[in-house]
Amino acid sequence: MPRSTYQRLLGFVGKLAVLLILGFLVLPVAVVTIAAFNDRAILSFPPQAWSLRWFAKAIAYQDFRDGFRNGLVVTVWASTIALMVGAMFAYALDRYRFRFKKGIEGILLSPLVIPHFTVGLGFLILAAQVGWTRGYAVVVFCHVVLVLPFVIRSVYVSLRNLDQSYELAAASLGAPPSRVLLTVTLPLLLPGLVSGWLFAAILSFNEFTASLFVTAQRTQTLPVAMYNYVREYADPSMAALSVMYIVGTAVLIVFANAFLGLGKVLNIEQSR
Amino acid sequence: MNNLADSRNGTASSGDDIAVRFDAVTKRFGDATALREVSLSVRSGEFMTLLGPSGCGKTTLLNLAAGFFSPDGGEIRIDGARVNDVPTYRREIGMMFQNYALFPHMSVAENIAYGLKVRHIAKKERDRRVEEVLALVRLAGMAGRKPRQLSGGQQQRVALARALVISPKVLLLDEPFSALDKNLRASMQVELREIQRKLKVTTIFVTHDQGEALSLSDRVAVMSDGRIRQLGTPEEIYRRPCDRFVASFVGDANVLRGRLDGFDGAHSTVAVGTARVKVPEAPLRGVALSTPVDLFVRPEQLKIAEICAPSAFGGRVAAQVYQGGHVDLYIECAQSASDRLLVRSAGQDAMTRWPVGAEVGMIIGIDDAVAFPVP
Ligand SMILES: Nc1ncnc2c1ncn2[C@@H]1O[C@H](COP(=O)(O)OP(=O)(O)OP(=O)(O)O)[C@@H](O)[C@H]1O
Ligand SMILES: [Mg+2]
Repeated sequence: MPRSTYQRLLGFVGKLAVLLILGFLVLPVAVVTIAAFNDRAILSFPPQAWSLRWFAKAIAYQDFRDGFRNGLVVTVWASTIALMVGAMFAYALDRYRFRFKKGIEGILLSPLVIPHFTVGLGFLILAAQVGWTRGYAVVVFCHVVLVLPFVIRSVYVSLRNLDQSYELAAASLGAPPSRVLLTVTLPLLLPGLVSGWLFAAILSFNEFTASLFVTAQRTQTLPVAMYNYVREYADPSMAALSVMYIVGTAVLIVFANAFLGLGKVLNIEQSR
Repeated sequence: MNNLADSRNGTASSGDDIAVRFDAVTKRFGDATALREVSLSVRSGEFMTLLGPSGCGKTTLLNLAAGFFSPDGGEIRIDGARVNDVPTYRREIGMMFQNYALFPHMSVAENIAYGLKVRHIAKKERDRRVEEVLALVRLAGMAGRKPRQLSGGQQQRVALARALVISPKVLLLDEPFSALDKNLRASMQVELREIQRKLKVTTIFVTHDQGEALSLSDRVAVMSDGRIRQLGTPEEIYRRPCDRFVASFVGDANVLRGRLDGFDGAHSTVAVGTARVKVPEAPLRGVALSTPVDLFVRPEQLKIAEICAPSAFGGRVAAQVYQGGHVDLYIECAQSASDRLLVRSAGQDAMTRWPVGAEVGMIIGIDDAVAFPVP
């Protein structure tokens, strides 16, 4: 069938729009990446000479090393706790009826109506009351609260997509509820659980605003360390760090994709 | 395969004891009543079919037997024991789901072994029984595959094997064949019935396909609107429907307008035009003479005769359809409730004997039709 000029025009404009959007998405990444390999000390563009020295400097810088380690500790704890709490919550939301269910559902599933700095400030005040301002606990708790909605949502969607007949079949074969949960429900939910954990981990590791309030010098996470650095220096080691960030996240996603399939990780596909 | 069969015979030997009994079972969902005081007894080893249109409560009744929810009234017994409050996993049932519900993260063998594992049966014995049942459903050699690597028919057999391997007290099947294409469906039906006979497992089968119900079942319960309308053998259901609903839902039926003409013992006589047709008396009991009645007659019970034959009523052939094994004749007739009657003639000469436009007579033998008062 011959396409009309109108259709062709529409197709062209559509392609252009997609290219532009992709361009804007990629542009900052590209600029930062190029800057990271710049030999000069100032964040100039385009670079005159290339080198890896900013990577070396970023890796060697003690505050970044500590921030990275702190961030990992906080992220692993926060996303694991959030996954356990969130999974239980999602399960309860999906399977049981109780009072105020709609309200609780609304609060837990509405992402970030409350600004991060409010959460951070709140936790700071609370922590000051009980004298916890110097420890990891307050950072971890703060991050749990921030990532919980994402985890709940991820697990909840997987539960919704889970065909109930699998569990009924297991029960009909003689499996008591606990066994059904362990041998059928959880394995079938695994993609949702992993993707929930992964999102939580990425969010937590990148979280800055609330972390700024609740971390101390000893517990500061990488984004906070980067902020403190950039207040004093302006050299491309920040850009180098950003590139490592991007590569790290990409590796994680590729790994998850190979393990589970991206569709499942992003919860696009039905979980069967 | 003797092992599976024996374990069945151990619990149920005589032919007439009741394996599953529903006693005045009522089930509501919110305001809607899905089942109204349904009573039904399924004999040991029997193949019982629940047949009815969509929404009549078939699945609900089956799920009550499975224990997926409990009834709002009445009692359910399996092997004599009241199970109203017994959870599914302690009911010793085998269930096959419409979408098969094979565990996607387990292999065929693991799927089948699941129920045995739950029962703490030793690995060696487990493997032996899995192999045995795989042979029974003709899937030997497929043990290591994942469900998604199987065709629809193969998945279905795995689901059947998984339900059977635990030697359930009752096998519950909810429209198991609806996802299969026509040819595969026919062969799976035969296979299911053979296996069911071999193992003598009590079976409750849900379908809305009347052909399937008639061809597979020992007995059929025809349901509508949360009630059982008629319970009987396929032949009883087909030949002696007890009301208009069953007569029109099960099989093809022509409807003729007539009048009640008289009684004689076991029969009533219905006048159709100039003809007199003898029908079973029961559905017309208490109806006054000359009351208008509707006569339901199957296409193959309507016989073409000479127009002048005694007790024949007339019509004109409007169309012929050659069907290979038989010929469908469409006949215009003054007494027909719809515009044409369908006559199924097995004779190969029907095409030439009764060409389009021919005036023909039709006769109905004694008890070959049933009549119900016009509502
Ligand atoms: N979980 C439920 N919640 C509310 N209503 C239900 C539920 N299950 C069934 N019903 C209602 O009960 C009635 C009977 O449903 P059921 O599923 O038993 O019908 P069915 O005979 O199996 O129909 P189909 O042939 O379409 O499967 C229907 O009116 C249905 O809407
Ligand atoms: Mg149904």
